[in-house]
Amino acid sequence: MTRIVVIGNGMVGYKFCEKLRASAPASDFKVTVFGEEPWPAYDRVHLSAYFSGATADDLLLAPRSWYEEKDIDLRTNELIVAIDRDQKTVRSHTGVETSYDKLVLATGSGAFVPPVNGVEKKGVFVYRSLEDLDAIIDFGKKNAKSAAVMGGGLLGLEAAKAVMDMGLDTHVIEFAPRLMPRQLDEAGAAILKAKLEALGIAIHLSKNTKQITGNGKLTGLDFADGSRLAVDMLVISAGIRPRDELAKGCGLSTAPRGGVVVNEFLQSREDKDIFAIGEVASYQEMVYGLVAPGYEMASQVANQLCGKEVRPFLGFDMSTKLKLIGVDVASFGDPFGEAEPSTSIVYENKTRGIYKRINVARDGKRLLGGVLVGDAAAYGILLQMIQNKMPLPPDPEDLILGARGGKEPVGAGVESLPDEAQICSCENVTKGAISNLIERDGISKVDEIKSCTGAGTGCGGCIPMVNDLLKQQLKAMGKQVKNVLCEHFDFSRQELLDLVKVKKIKTYDELLNRVGKGDGCEVCKPAVASILASTWNELIVKQDSIQDTNDRYLANIQKGGTYSVVPRIPGGEITPEKLIVIGEVAKKYKLYTKVTGGQRIDLFGARVDQLPDIWEELIHAGFESGHAYGKSLRTVKSCVGSTWCRYGVQDAVSFAIQVEERYRGLRSPHKLKGAVSGCIRECAEAQSKDFGIIATEKGWNLYVCGNGGSKPQHAKLLVTDVDSATCLKYIDRFLMFYIRTAEPLTRTATWLNKLEGGLDYLRDVVVNDSLEIGEELEREMAFMIQTYACEWKEVVNNPELRAKFRHFVNDTNGDPTVSFQEMRGQKIPAS
Amino acid sequence: MTTKLEMYKTADNSKITTWFKAAPVSALPENGGACIKYKDLQIAIYNFSRRNEWYACQNLCPHKMQMALSRGMIGSEGDEPKVACPFHKKTFSLRSGQNLNGDCAAIATYPVKVEEGYVYVGFED
Ligand code: SRM
Ligand SMILES: Cc1cc2nc3c(=O)[nH]c(=O)nc-3n(C[C@H](O)[C@H](O)[C@H](O)COP(=O)(O)OP(=O)(O)OC[C@H]3O[C@@H](n4cnc5c(N)ncnc54)[C@H](O)[C@@H]3O)c2cc1C
Ligand code: SF4
Ligand code: FES
Repeated sequence: MTRIVVIGNGMVGYKFCEKLRASAPASDFKVTVFGEEPWPAYDRVHLSAYFSGATADDLLLAPRSWYEEKDIDLRTNELIVAIDRDQKTVRSHTGVETSYDKLVLATGSGAFVPPVNGVEKKGVFVYRSLEDLDAIIDFGKKNAKSAAVMGGGLLGLEAAKAVMDMGLDTHVIEFAPRLMPRQLDEAGAAILKAKLEALGIAIHLSKNTKQITGNGKLTGLDFADGSRLAVDMLVISAGIRPRDELAKGCGLSTAPRGGVVVNEFLQSREDKDIFAIGEVASYQEMVYGLVAPGYEMASQVANQLCGKEVRPFLGFDMSTKLKLIGVDVASFGDPFGEAEPSTSIVYENKTRGIYKRINVARDGKRLLGGVLVGDAAAYGILLQMIQNKMPLPPDPEDLILGARGGKEPVGAGVESLPDEAQICSCENVTKGAISNLIERDGISKVDEIKSCTGAGTGCGGCIPMVNDLLKQQLKAMGKQVKNVLCEHFDFSRQELLDLVKVKKIKTYDELLNRVGKGDGCEVCKPAVASILASTWNELIVKQDSIQDTNDRYLANIQKGGTYSVVPRIPGGEITPEKLIVIGEVAKKYKLYTKVTGGQRIDLFGARVDQLPDIWEELIHAGFESGHAYGKSLRTVKSCVGSTWCRYGVQDAVSFAIQVEERYRGLRSPHKLKGAVSGCIRECAEAQSKDFGIIATEKGWNLYVCGNGGSKPQHAKLLVTDVDSATCLKYIDRFLMFYIRTAEPLTRTATWLNKLEGGLDYLRDVVVNDSLEIGEELEREMAFMIQTYACEWKEVVNNPELRAKFRHFVNDTNGDPTVSFQEMRGQKIPAS
Repeated sequence: MTTKLEMYKTADNSKITTWFKAAPVSALPENGGACIKYKDLQIAIYNFSRRNEWYACQNLCPHKMQMALSRGMIGSEGDEPKVACPFHKKTFSLRSGQNLNGDCAAIATYPVKVEEGYVYVGFED
């Protein structure tokens, strides 16, 4: 039995144990592991989760019992202080000696602390271990209002986000003239800086810290350029220093910039029985400060010891994606395009905060690397293109711009990857391995792929690709990738709607009992609620616990847990008397008021228990619900039209009011917006609405399926020069057809984009009545119009429903944690 | 920021010293939740009538520190009973408190019992 001693129970040391035990019977190797920290190995990569409440136990890679089961002798809290290569023993700080046949150094690295005067002061920390974080949290809570992070690299920014989340005023100090100097070019770093500043983090570049000031406890930093910054706390994150002291002490060579020198089999230069893996190893003067190369080294050494086939370690890709900070940042391959002659293609959009750069080989055939800031969705696939040396599309700019001019998306999806492509680099899982699982073992869920292969269990960066791969593979196998709602219903929304109608089902529970399984969830409940409302138009608060919170309390929930109140103001027209009522109600309940983008007035900051009282007053003055909370008709905007405007050719306001009152309260798969403009100048922006009406000399032009929002899309012209009645008839049919066939939470624009046959087909159905359902659709709409009732009116007049609007069921007070601050004479949620 | 969260600690069924009489059963919607106040704590109680089960957990969602979980929708993932926060739909197991669709911290859970038409929540203090 070979005796193996592992020094260091960090991420890589743990992975080594796992791989070794998985590849050979426990009787082959006696394994002893020494760890200096008090707990078994934990997930350092997700260390920052500790700030948002994860416990040390949550972060453990495996509990102590795992080591026992695997017959691994784990000695935590034990620091190895010396290695005796002649005797083949290691000695711990308690004096105990342990013999080995093979020794694995997995001591990782420590934070690099630059030699600045004052680093020993109270309030100065590093960011590496759970103990460091405990100290930071403890100090930050009691003694600090502001903090600086020294180092604007990958780790520094993560630390900055963490201290910001603790509620501290946060500063980042970077020596270089830009952030993440090793990963980003100047333009990319500038965009990142702007984004972080918008998050509230102050960034100080080109700052050389000369001295840390303060008497015992730090009070600030002095910089070489004469400037200074007052802060209560400092977190140093200026790089890492491999913990190679043991190696040095026993005469093994170390690299000039630190790390035990190893060959491609991870053996030390002087002693073939001593291996170094993870952040303590230096291969060709390079220390790999990431977990994936460390894992690769761990498996390689485990394979060697078990006599399995071994792939020499010849370096590792250092591509990275920044996590946590709320800004997408990725850097891959050769980000600067310096390693070989190349041309770069750059896309920059300062308003949206997006920067993308790819470096293409001179011959135009291969991708070499690049940088993504603000939108890193393409990271996975671009990295694959580099690693697999895949050919570039004819217009490489498509890779970062997407296909333009109506072309199909470029063929850079998962399907174009070769089987050897490594999808998960942390666990070294290839596309082929995942495909096999899906094809041969009939696996059809991402979770199953995760547990079978480990893919996605490390940094998690590959999950989107695993998802794509699964979908594409299932489709290729002819398994219909049916759009089922969720695990509780094996039906699409359209099928469920038909079932509800045919079986005359009126409640969620009945539907679940008859055609579903399990106990429902937050996906199917609101979707079914919407279907029931679109079919039977019954009061939605009757089944309140299947509604999204906004529909349950008939108001939009806001930051801090208060709600907003939006009375309907059809067409945006309002009398002075009604304006005064809104003002008085707002004043009485101290609500923040704002004119919305939908031509009406939003009152923010109402506690849930105040809602019925507020609405009672509004309803009394003749208002009704504006359904700002529902997936239903919002507003029909209007321009002033022919009554006042010298260009107007039709009375846009009157028609807008008529249309808004016709469809108010109509529940649909997503929200609906309309507008009516009085002439071609289009002041009501009708072409950005789900249905938009523009006046002509002869009547109205009707546009459909427009969208503002995150993916704006102009509405398409459905018919021209129709009279008011015809216009309404077509809108009736159009809306009902959409309600019948769209997937949940799909706006009309997206629905049309996916509709086979597109606009021509839609026109056939709505205008030419090709399916001969025109009258049926109109009848359904007529039912909805007739059965409309203002939900708020019903609640206000029904004591039982009113009683549901309270925060506590055992206390009449409102939520004591709700608090506000003032801004420009009105209240806003306290930050 | 962690302080608000630290007020909530999962109560172990075997160590309960206080059974707090929280509310009559009728105050809880079927297959839904409501919030109760116990000392300085806000506790969400769920009447999972479909499964004939009761659950309680902290009302505070650890994702963005919103007092919201009692207003969330309940349901199941496989056999695991869960609640979805109304703010960003993070889901938590009502048994273990674990976040099921992300890496949020776990929420604290509390035992519940129903006697003579009243709901009681158990606390360790
Ligand atoms: C209040 C308002 C902003 C304002 O101060 O002006 C607003 C506020 C919100 N919008 Fe909006 N939108 C408002 C006009 C718009 C507009 C402009 C318009 O309607 O002319 C748009 C773009 C047009 C469009 O929808 O096509 C707009 C596009 C969105 C979107 C993106 C929709 C999309 O298809 O991409 C969302 C998110 C969603 O619905 O999923 C959204 C969601 C929201 C929510 C509901 C977010 C939320 O869940 O808390 C905001 C809460 C409001 C509240 O609590 O009352 N809001 N929102 C506007 C209310 C209009 C009204 O009177 O009802
Ligand atoms: C906050 C943070 C975020 C990170 N994010 C990412 C990321 O997103 N992606 C990524 O790829 N990487 C990330 N990393 C880096 C990643 O955590 C490391 O690459 C990885 O942990 C290296 O593993 P290791 O086992 O080599 O070292 P470590 O995990 O540091 O483990 C070494 C262990 O050995 C112990 N030890 C040292 N000397 C002795 C001794 N003489 N006797 C006994 N025990 C000893 C140490 O106490 C330590 O527990 C991050 C690191 C930090 C700190
Ligand atoms: S754009 Fe709409 S959703 Fe976004 S912050 Fe403004 S109101 Fe809220
Ligand atoms: S606050 Fe609960 S999910 Fe975001």
